[in-house]
Amino acid sequence: MTPAAAPADAVPVLTRPRRTVVLPALVFAALALVPAGAFALSAGYLLDLFTRVMIFAIAALSVDLLIGYAALVTFGQAAFVGIGAYAVGILASHGLTDVVVALPVALLASGLFALVTGFVCLRTKGVYFIMITLAFGQMAFFTASSLAPYGGDDGLTVQERNTVLGLPLFEQPLVFYYVVLVALLVVYLLFRALVASRFGRVLRGAKDNALRMTTLGFQVYRFQLAAYVIAGMAGGLAGFLLANATEFVSPAYMSWQRSGELIIMVLLGGLGTLHGAIVGAAAFLLLEEWLSALTEHWKMIFGPLLVLVVVFVRGGLIGIGAALARAAGRRGPRG
Amino acid sequence: MVEPVLAIDGLRKQFGGLVVTDQVTLSVAPGELHAVIGPNGAGKTTLINQISGVLPSDSGTILFAGRDITRLAPHRRARLGLARTFQITSVLPAFSALENVALAVQARSGSSFRFFGDAAAEPALNRPAMAALDEVGLADRAAVPAGHLSHGEKRALELAMALVTEPKLLLLDEPMAGTGREETARLIAVLRRLKGRFAMMLVEHDMTAVFALADHISVLIYGRILLSGKPDEVREDPQVVAAYLGDEIEFE
Repeated sequence: MTPAAAPADAVPVLTRPRRTVVLPALVFAALALVPAGAFALSAGYLLDLFTRVMIFAIAALSVDLLIGYAALVTFGQAAFVGIGAYAVGILASHGLTDVVVALPVALLASGLFALVTGFVCLRTKGVYFIMITLAFGQMAFFTASSLAPYGGDDGLTVQERNTVLGLPLFEQPLVFYYVVLVALLVVYLLFRALVASRFGRVLRGAKDNALRMTTLGFQVYRFQLAAYVIAGMAGGLAGFLLANATEFVSPAYMSWQRSGELIIMVLLGGLGTLHGAIVGAAAFLLLEEWLSALTEHWKMIFGPLLVLVVVFVRGGLIGIGAALARAAGRRGPRG
Repeated sequence: MVEPVLAIDGLRKQFGGLVVTDQVTLSVAPGELHAVIGPNGAGKTTLINQISGVLPSDSGTILFAGRDITRLAPHRRARLGLARTFQITSVLPAFSALENVALAVQARSGSSFRFFGDAAAEPALNRPAMAALDEVGLADRAAVPAGHLSHGEKRALELAMALVTEPKLLLLDEPMAGTGREETARLIAVLRRLKGRFAMMLVEHDMTAVFALADHISVLIYGRILLSGKPDEVREDPQVVAAYLGDEIEFE
């Protein structure tokens, strides 16, 4: 008899997305405690800084979904952030300032843009995919720059943050902070379920070997398009929150540098882990903040540092953490 | 006569000036194992690619279970019950052996547009997958990432993936290529066990395997069918011996 006598569903599957619990829980716990820390240190700017960190973490998560789980290297993700932000700005300039309107419009607009551009982009592969997502990103950027009624190049000031059913909740920094935290948590948990689901398994399979998936009977394109739209809408959500956080909307949100930064955040934190994207976004923005306070030539330190981490640390900062934990575990029994 | 599972008529494929598949006509009966042999460059893999839809055909028709699939997309053909393995092993290296097969089950059972629920914990996917692994002798390797399996094991894994799709026809593109003598013997045993459950078209260089398994053999040379018949007829045909078998047997 073969060992198959054991119940089949109890067989360990080594390669399912690892069900890491501790690290993500620590990350979210730390984020939840930031306001207390900011209050204790009477450093109000920390609240703003971390609000920003979490917003970019949402955008970075969407990039990780595409690059880390579907091998779709998107170089135009900032466009979706920009579209979400412009939805808030444009609606506000017409007096529509409630979340009930702004959020669905932001999500639908970014989702629709993803559907239309993804329809074209996903017919290409590899470098062509990178270039065409970049091209669509630039198209969105120049369209925003030429929107004369909405500020054109200069951008658009959002007079007041969105109201929630008429209540000015977002105006209170602490409330807004937790709103963003919940949004991040929801996106994170959603994506986590997604990559482990049947749908996610097809995406991951196509990342490994798309031809094989096709000959198994999967129309890979449809799965990738769905993932592209989901990621686009998450980008739109980040844009919606960003416009509310900064009370300003600018074409710069859509620049290709922004798209590049999102990729770097994911690589910095650890590709294909989801919580790595959050850690990466935090590391990127905090480093940027603190280094620029140290010296005006901070980019000369920042750039090489990023390159070093991405090149030499496989698995990004999460990878370093895991390696250290393993080393500590080995030493554990003795000490 | 029973209606064939696969009936190819006048199939042609040209790459630039090179005619790789030249008016190929052949048919595979239900449950039959039809071997296609021929020297390197005879166009065997091209033929498999045309049948599975990976390569479009220039002219001719492919009837599968009575349906014209000549212009059908590869994933559609797969859904109709046309499974294949690849000459160069084609498993998902990052997935465990079990998950590779479970994915093949998933291709056949219900929609994969399910965004929630842990696919790796679905008994409806894992049970048939485990049964197929058992059939090809890989049950104890279920949890090993496919990339870490030996060459012969990957071949067996491909078979398991094809099995669970419950194909009407399985296209086998040189399943013995690059496997050792022992592994070849194991694979032959597995294929012999599977024979009769569905039709198979076997492209293979290993003549031991071909003559051990085939019900019918077609000899393909320069894209043309030189001869088609029972193994004994093919073995004794002077044309075949001269063109192909002679060399091969010496080589062995």
